[in-house]
Amino acid sequence: MDLLTVLQVLDSTVRLATPLLLACLAGLFSERAGIFDIGLEGKMLAAAFLSAAVAYTSGSAWVGLGAGIFASLLLSGIHGLASITFRGNQLISGVAINFLAAGMTVVVAQSWFGQGGRTPQLSGAARFEPITLPFAEALREVPVLGPIYYELISGHTALVYIALLFVPLTWWILFRTRFGLRLRAVGENPAAVDTAGISVVWLRYMAVLICGVLCGIAGAYLATALQAGFVKDMSAGRGFIALAALIFAKWRPWQALYSCLLFGFLQAFALRPDVIQTVVGFKVNGQLLDVLPYILTVIILAGFVGKAVPPRAGGEPYVKER
Amino acid sequence: MTTAPAIELKGISKSFGPVQANKDISIRVMPGTIHGIIGENGAGKSTLMSILYGFYKADAGEIFISGQKTAIPDSQAAIAAGIGMVFQHFKLVENFTVLENVVLGAEDSGLLRPSLARARRELKALADEYELNVDPDAIIEDIGVGMQQRVEILKALYRRADILILDEPTGVLTPAEADHLFRILENLKREGKTIILITHKLREIMDATDTVSVMRRGEMTATVKTSETSPQKLAELMVGRKVSLQVEKSPAQVRDVILDVQNLNVTDEKGVHRVKDVSFNVRAGEILGIAGVSGNGQSELLEVLGGYEKGTGTIIVNGQPIDLTGAKSDGRSRRERGIAHVPEDRQREGLIMDYHAWENVAFGYHHDPKYQNGMFMNNAAIKADTVEKMERFDVRPPDPRLAAKSFSGGNQQKIVLAREIERNPDLLLIGQPTRGVDIGAIEFIHQQIVALRDQGKAILLVSVELEEILALSDRIAVMFDGRMMGERLPQDTDEKELGMMMAGMNKGEAA
Amino acid sequence: MDAMPKWADVVLIPLISLILAATISALVILAIGESPVEALNLMVKGALGSTYGWGYTLYYATNFIFTGLAVSVAFHSRMFNIGGEGQAMVGGLGVALICLYVPWPHWSLALVGGILAAAIFGAAWAAIPAFLQAKRGSHIVITTIMFNFIAAALLNYLLIGALKPKGSMEPATGKFPEATHLPSFQDMFSFGETALFRGAPANVSFFVAIVACFAVWALIWKTKLGYEIRAFGHSESAAKYAGISPTKIIMISMMISGGLAGMMAINNVQGEAERLVLNAVEGAGFIGIAVALMGRSHPFGVFLAALLFGFLYQGGAELALWTKIPREMIVVIQALVILFTGALDDMVRAPLERVFLAFKRRKRKAA
Repeated sequence: MDLLTVLQVLDSTVRLATPLLLACLAGLFSERAGIFDIGLEGKMLAAAFLSAAVAYTSGSAWVGLGAGIFASLLLSGIHGLASITFRGNQLISGVAINFLAAGMTVVVAQSWFGQGGRTPQLSGAARFEPITLPFAEALREVPVLGPIYYELISGHTALVYIALLFVPLTWWILFRTRFGLRLRAVGENPAAVDTAGISVVWLRYMAVLICGVLCGIAGAYLATALQAGFVKDMSAGRGFIALAALIFAKWRPWQALYSCLLFGFLQAFALRPDVIQTVVGFKVNGQLLDVLPYILTVIILAGFVGKAVPPRAGGEPYVKER
Repeated sequence: MTTAPAIELKGISKSFGPVQANKDISIRVMPGTIHGIIGENGAGKSTLMSILYGFYKADAGEIFISGQKTAIPDSQAAIAAGIGMVFQHFKLVENFTVLENVVLGAEDSGLLRPSLARARRELKALADEYELNVDPDAIIEDIGVGMQQRVEILKALYRRADILILDEPTGVLTPAEADHLFRILENLKREGKTIILITHKLREIMDATDTVSVMRRGEMTATVKTSETSPQKLAELMVGRKVSLQVEKSPAQVRDVILDVQNLNVTDEKGVHRVKDVSFNVRAGEILGIAGVSGNGQSELLEVLGGYEKGTGTIIVNGQPIDLTGAKSDGRSRRERGIAHVPEDRQREGLIMDYHAWENVAFGYHHDPKYQNGMFMNNAAIKADTVEKMERFDVRPPDPRLAAKSFSGGNQQKIVLAREIERNPDLLLIGQPTRGVDIGAIEFIHQQIVALRDQGKAILLVSVELEEILALSDRIAVMFDGRMMGERLPQDTDEKELGMMMAGMNKGEAA
Repeated sequence: MDAMPKWADVVLIPLISLILAATISALVILAIGESPVEALNLMVKGALGSTYGWGYTLYYATNFIFTGLAVSVAFHSRMFNIGGEGQAMVGGLGVALICLYVPWPHWSLALVGGILAAAIFGAAWAAIPAFLQAKRGSHIVITTIMFNFIAAALLNYLLIGALKPKGSMEPATGKFPEATHLPSFQDMFSFGETALFRGAPANVSFFVAIVACFAVWALIWKTKLGYEIRAFGHSESAAKYAGISPTKIIMISMMISGGLAGMMAINNVQGEAERLVLNAVEGAGFIGIAVALMGRSHPFGVFLAALLFGFLYQGGAELALWTKIPREMIVVIQALVILFTGALDDMVRAPLERVFLAFKRRKRKAA
């Protein structure tokens, strides 16, 4: 197995980890503020559809991105309304949003494009193209570092770099700003925030909004960068895998990056049975590889990789003490 | 020149649906004084304080701060008006540091680090001035309750509060920590701060306040100078009739040892050693009272005896050891051994709030053959039993089909007591029997406990109220930091000595 | 004092939630360019206008009764079992194995065997997430969702491999032997010349489902176990005080839940398809969630809600055939029902309570 193959797998890892990372950070903001969100899947799916549809009709992936974010924000709004204003069950709301997205995307896609619930193929500017970083071509011949720069670091779509930048940004917002302090507080003890005269409702809606934006980018990436258009149920459980990654990362931004890379690696690995055969020595069943992320999720949740303590006030609507 | 009152309320009224929580309340508190507000549960104290802190808007009436009419629509307005509140249940973020908690909501700007730096400087100044020593970098869940309370006070002072309201502040403190608190309050008072102290403890009112208001059923029944009143008079004002503060009790007729605990150790799920090598016994016909500030292992002790916590050591009931870790270590086995348990927290443990009263009467005893009818439960039998119990224990309203949450605290406690006492247990465990219970019901409950003891049962009483321990117990033991500090007879000791033991000091050490 | 009479809580709120869901669905149908009124007509005709339609409606309703009961039982112990889909799949596996490899003499015995196999397999599939929740605190919502994916992969693997008959290209088992075939409504309700329910898949499992409703009702409200399950569902701390073991309750309620979901397989696998195919469950596990929420986790409510969704499913199939409205519209309706009855419950409840309070006040003034 040569360097090029390794780089190809790592390259895939990054590309596959990106939607997971965006969804994971989305969930991080929401859950740190005390709002459990199992609707990441639905938001990604809705964003994937609308971004693909609008990118196709407008011819621009960036306009599509905006539309995708809009779709995700719509569903976030519903989740926020149900969880914060109407103090409903957050898990049920998340489940409902997933079904709503699954159903509506096909219904609207069929009505709009008549292709059996999918959008037409995207091409040209309606897709995000890989970006070649400066000097990548020139440095290509440099031994070891050149290919790494050319294959692995350069050549990703814009959204990949944006996603990676969000990691330090998230860390900075959470731990170096007033907003971040208050957001973390509201997920641990909303009463402490309330009695300090700060609006619990506003903070939580902000968190839900940020979650919506990040899920929107994640969904748009799926349909306009990773693949070329929307097909039914294309999110394929990524929203749940992102949740597992979040728990694995113990709700911290840099750890979220590493755990998403791990899951991305698993998915990348599953796409290269030839590599697997070289590494492991025998042919591994394709279905087993596909199901591996889900099994790993269960193992993580079973706490075999350490105990994870969620934000203390997570999942509970805030009701003022009388 | 007359000084304006720090706070004046005129005609404050507030209703929640058909319930009128505050009826035409008027009060004046002068600056530089400590004013007490005393009243039973449900008298309306919390509602009044919530209005002052902006949680509720009064239906009628006006608030004047230093003579100026002030509207308090939310907590921010209250803070701006100089009102700071220290709640009974602390409003702290457990995994933040002291500094972060103080600064939360009072940050200078969007960036965190400069705010933290300024807060650190101010905290030091405040600590030096008022004896409010804290470690700014300590994490809240690691520090003790006394320091946590100081953090709450600092939060208020950091926001320039001139009026400090403290709601039941000494519930979780040792007598020594309470004394420290009152010294702090005296310091604040000397600086011209105004302090409102809400408490149900008559002793505290007498010791610490300058003036006191009594609330009953939503109304302010009296406001007097503390020096001109007495606990007896205040109790009467609270209830509206003569109240006996003593418990009538004949000497104990003690017989065999029913409960024998030897070298009991309990470690909780976080790995903290909660009960350390505790040994004691309780005989038939006696009440052993365990005194101590909550959090010193008494709860874990009751949980092991009640069968929902594991422990190591030896516990012998009626001559036979009970299983502490195995298959028969659960609550059902305990009940089969003749151990009944009135838990410390009736709402979280003793009752299912959404179950009807009759369903709660079977709670814990739902395996009883007389409650079964073949494959199914005999609901009619349980309901009939409930009607009888409600009558004997004067539960109001005597409706078995009402959900537990619809009863008042005192009546809820009576349901639990009726259920446990009428099992005719050999050993009765009781935790905080009169917490959140109105004075009328307190008398009744104390009488029931003494009656059970006179029938020759063994009773283990755990309470944070020293007065209750002294009044009811035939023998007193004190727990501190998971250990037994010693045993005393009530006639041979007093609150001062018990207080020291509760704080971890034995007689010899005080000198 | 209860703010609302009991009937309002149990009937009015789900009804209003349903009306809200229906209104929004009508708007969506309008937006696609179809007429909601015509759509409703088509649905009623297709689902309720003939015994053939009824046969399909009741067939689907049977599926939803089982999955709805499954979610309901778990809800009573405060467990949100989203794994009904996977549990029904694995239940189907159990039915397939027992029908293919046990020589049953008569369908009545095969039915009993099928029920047992389906329930045991379904219960086993729910047992692992239940155990992880009870012992390791792993959130049952996420683990059951994962187990849905794993079940699909497992069945895929078996139907392409071990269980597929030699020479067949289709990922499915062979046909079950004649003796295991359950009598359909057509078999049961045709007299002489008239053949009712002709061609419809409704079968004797419908009556098994009704028995299951009664059994669940008796279990939850009349037995000691039901008392313990409900108590634990209300308060885990109180349950521990009373000597009720959290682990035991979580395991038992989830296994009963998984067993009920698995039992759906006697209807679709044994009763209708008479072999095991890919995607046999087709989302019924998820509809069970909507059914349980609408039915307030009470077997009678579940029965009514299952009938409603049976109607929607069959009506939806008709719509997909004759209009531009795709089958996924049902998923949208299902989502809206879950949203309104489950998460936006307060949105309906609060104004309703105010109405009742005002009504009471006016009555008091008049008196």
